[in-house]
Amino acid sequence: MDIAWLLLLLPLAASIAILLHLHRKPDMAIFASVGSAALCFVVALGVAWGKVPEPASLTWISFPATTMSPDFTIDLGMIFDPLSKGMLLVVTGVGLLIHIYSIGYMAHDPSKGRFFGGLSIFMFSMTGIVLATNLIMLFFFWEGVGLSSYLLIGFWYSKESAAAAANKAFVCNRLADFGFMIGILTFWLLMGTVSVRSVDLAESYSSSSLPQVQSILTQAEMAVHHAPAILVRHTGGIATSPYLLTFMVLGLFCGCVGKSAMVPFHVWLPDAMEGPTPVSALIHAATMVAAGVYMLCRIYPLLLLSPAGMFIIAIIGCFTAIFAALIAVQQNDIKRILAYSTLSQLGYMVMAVGCGGPDAAMFHLTTHAFFKALLFLAAGSVIHALHEEQDIWRMGGLVKKIPLTFWTFAIGMLALIGCPPFAGFFSKDYVLSVAYAYHPGFYWVGVITAFLTAFYMTRLMVVTFWGSARTPAAEHPHESPPIMTVPLVILAVLSVIGGWSIAGFGIQDHFHQWTTTLPGNVPIPEANFFLGKIVPIAVVILGVGSAYLLYWGRNSDPLNINVLAQKFYIDEIYDRSLVGGTTLTASVFSWLDRWILEGVIIRGMAYLSVGVGEMLKLFQTGSLQAYAFLFSLGGALLIYFTLFTH
Amino acid sequence: MEITLNHYLAVAATLFVIGLMGVIIRRNLLVIYMSLEMMLQAANLTLVAFSRFNHRIDGQVFVFFVITVAAAEVAVGLALIVALYRLKQTTQVQDLTTLKF
Amino acid sequence: METFFFWLFSIGMILFGLGVILNRNAVASALCFAFTIVFMSALFVMLSAFFLAAVQILVTAGAVMVLFLFIIMLLDLTAMEHVPRQKVWMGCALVLGLGFIYIVARTLYATPGGSITADSTPLPLQTSDDTHQIGRLLFTTYVAPFEITSLIILVATIGVIVLCKQDEPRPPSPGEDATRKTPPVESKKETSLTR
Repeated sequence: MDIAWLLLLLPLAASIAILLHLHRKPDMAIFASVGSAALCFVVALGVAWGKVPEPASLTWISFPATTMSPDFTIDLGMIFDPLSKGMLLVVTGVGLLIHIYSIGYMAHDPSKGRFFGGLSIFMFSMTGIVLATNLIMLFFFWEGVGLSSYLLIGFWYSKESAAAAANKAFVCNRLADFGFMIGILTFWLLMGTVSVRSVDLAESYSSSSLPQVQSILTQAEMAVHHAPAILVRHTGGIATSPYLLTFMVLGLFCGCVGKSAMVPFHVWLPDAMEGPTPVSALIHAATMVAAGVYMLCRIYPLLLLSPAGMFIIAIIGCFTAIFAALIAVQQNDIKRILAYSTLSQLGYMVMAVGCGGPDAAMFHLTTHAFFKALLFLAAGSVIHALHEEQDIWRMGGLVKKIPLTFWTFAIGMLALIGCPPFAGFFSKDYVLSVAYAYHPGFYWVGVITAFLTAFYMTRLMVVTFWGSARTPAAEHPHESPPIMTVPLVILAVLSVIGGWSIAGFGIQDHFHQWTTTLPGNVPIPEANFFLGKIVPIAVVILGVGSAYLLYWGRNSDPLNINVLAQKFYIDEIYDRSLVGGTTLTASVFSWLDRWILEGVIIRGMAYLSVGVGEMLKLFQTGSLQAYAFLFSLGGALLIYFTLFTH
Repeated sequence: MEITLNHYLAVAATLFVIGLMGVIIRRNLLVIYMSLEMMLQAANLTLVAFSRFNHRIDGQVFVFFVITVAAAEVAVGLALIVALYRLKQTTQVQDLTTLKF
Repeated sequence: METFFFWLFSIGMILFGLGVILNRNAVASALCFAFTIVFMSALFVMLSAFFLAAVQILVTAGAVMVLFLFIIMLLDLTAMEHVPRQKVWMGCALVLGLGFIYIVARTLYATPGGSITADSTPLPLQTSDDTHQIGRLLFTTYVAPFEITSLIILVATIGVIVLCKQDEPRPPSPGEDATRKTPPVESKKETSLTR
């Protein structure tokens, strides 16, 4: 048994133990959950340093060969490559810190055992996604994180809004996962495999499995044409078109759209903030929502098969980035601002993938995991300090009272807005340069988003920490205990240095083979100093400055843009169109069911029987004479017709 | 006029029909019972007639059985009537209309 | 001669049959029934079924009719005698009866029975009388039905006792009378078995 399996088995064992028994004993549950997370982190370090070997794959599902198809097996295995190692460290590292933070944050919750059980399920599923060797296994764990997300959003299920948010998240994810499933099946059909190992993907892409791609077009020609014209599956010779490839790519992307909350499935993520703050930090900011981006990077070679699909991915990412940033400008709930900020940053990452820069996406994903987890945990600390107050206009003047929280929050904010030399600066610049290389339009939208990011984060900082205390609770906050502040400090340090150290994982090298050699991918040009460095810094300064001028010393919002505060009315539109439409359809079918099916057909049958029975029972007069007469009459008629009719 | 098989059969049929009409028009259970007996005896007459004109004594054996079973049946039927009378204090069929809608 | 007796017995039988169903007094009906059976026995004699004629008179006119009369007297059934007849049912019965007569007549016309007379089918010379023949058949060919018939009578006897047995003594008089009702059934059974 390989040590690496501990990565999956430990959280699984912890979650099962907690859900079965330990949820009545919170201290034991915390020990099990945090202990498993810590051990996982240790194993992950071993993996990152190459001390833990990749385990041999186990056969999970095996289909024997038939006349119609070759034999086919689905493995349970693990991929240890730079991409998964980096992601694994992020997941287990940030996960461990948030586990520790949760001990303090959830200290007074009576059912915290259940909370830690949910966290362990999440760790199990997320690790599975990161290490999955094939799309079926990945889908399995994909649903697992959806489940744990549902459980944790609805952790305070007695609160109606929390239960509704959990349902919303689940339904949104299920809808998107349906598309994902279609994408996986299309992939299976086209490629004859579901493996996402680099070597298999390369095989899928290159000559052996796609002979005609190479025979018809040389690589250079394909680069010119931007797509393989004809793709033939090596087993059956199913001719495919670029449209089918685009269909497959968009299907796979659909999973990302749901999990990473891209437009139009973004609505669940802000509502998911109904869950406890550590959950928001771990699942809905740092790791799970980034799983979509990770998945896209994992199957990146496939995306290259469809330039049209890549373009759509870039468009959706870009649109989500600026769309969420605009909404964030007018939100008042501290966690919702951060949630929309997360959406916006995820948009950056997806745009980077679409623009042909998966390494940029992963880079930004990693730094974002650090500083967004930091921001959420710090926001949780603020909320904790103010006794569950989340409205930034009911805070104020916290700078002196909870200094440690303030400083860590400030570091996270600076990293987020891309202020040098914090981590976000490097990763965002990288994303922007990739976008510029793909098309300048994406670059400029990204720049505007950067401006908006600086603006709304400054607004958040100014309103929350400076000025005067606006409510009694804000006048007497208390600093959080060390068990909460220590993870903040660690994450703050990572947010500062993450930008430099990230290249050490070799993720860029991992993608190097794809980013440089494959067709349909634009090579990244040398960074333009003016566009790459000066402009982003300028817009950050502009954003910070304008927000400072606008909000310094204010006790209410000088801007009042209703359409942004109402999130472009997306929820209302969905409510009217989708929910209303569904309700209308349901009521129509309910009416049909009640009156036509049940009323006319089923009850009609019953009433017909009853009516006939009512009519026939009139013959049951109870009179013996009538019976005798009718019986004799029947007998006479029977004899008559038997004898005299032929 | 020679007496033929058909004469016997016609007489038997007439007796049968009389019994049948008795079942329909009478309201006293006992008389209805007598009418039923009469119908049985009409059948016996046909059997004996056939036996005579076909030279088969088997028909008479059948009549023997019919008489025996009819006697047993009358005993049971009258016992039922007595039990019924104890319950309802009547043997008139218009008073025994429980089995109706 | 034969013709005369045939018509005599037939018409007598039918008239008494009508008397059974038309008399409003149950006792009179029972007596008419007894005479009907007597006339029918006479017809049996004309058909050379002497044994059956005797059995008919003994069992039906004797035992069964006594039983009927017993019950009629026992239950004192005179209450409904002044209720008017039901004209509608009589009409129905008449129509139905005529219908049956029509069916029978039409059938008889279509069959060759009209040409079979006693003279055309004389009884062959036989070594034994009909009683012997019936007895022989009963204990050879029909021995199984015969035994089963005895079982039926046994079951009927037990059934009658069970039906008439009173679970608890009740004050009204009909119950008291019923306990005395079983002996006639027993005697009737003996009658039928002693044949």
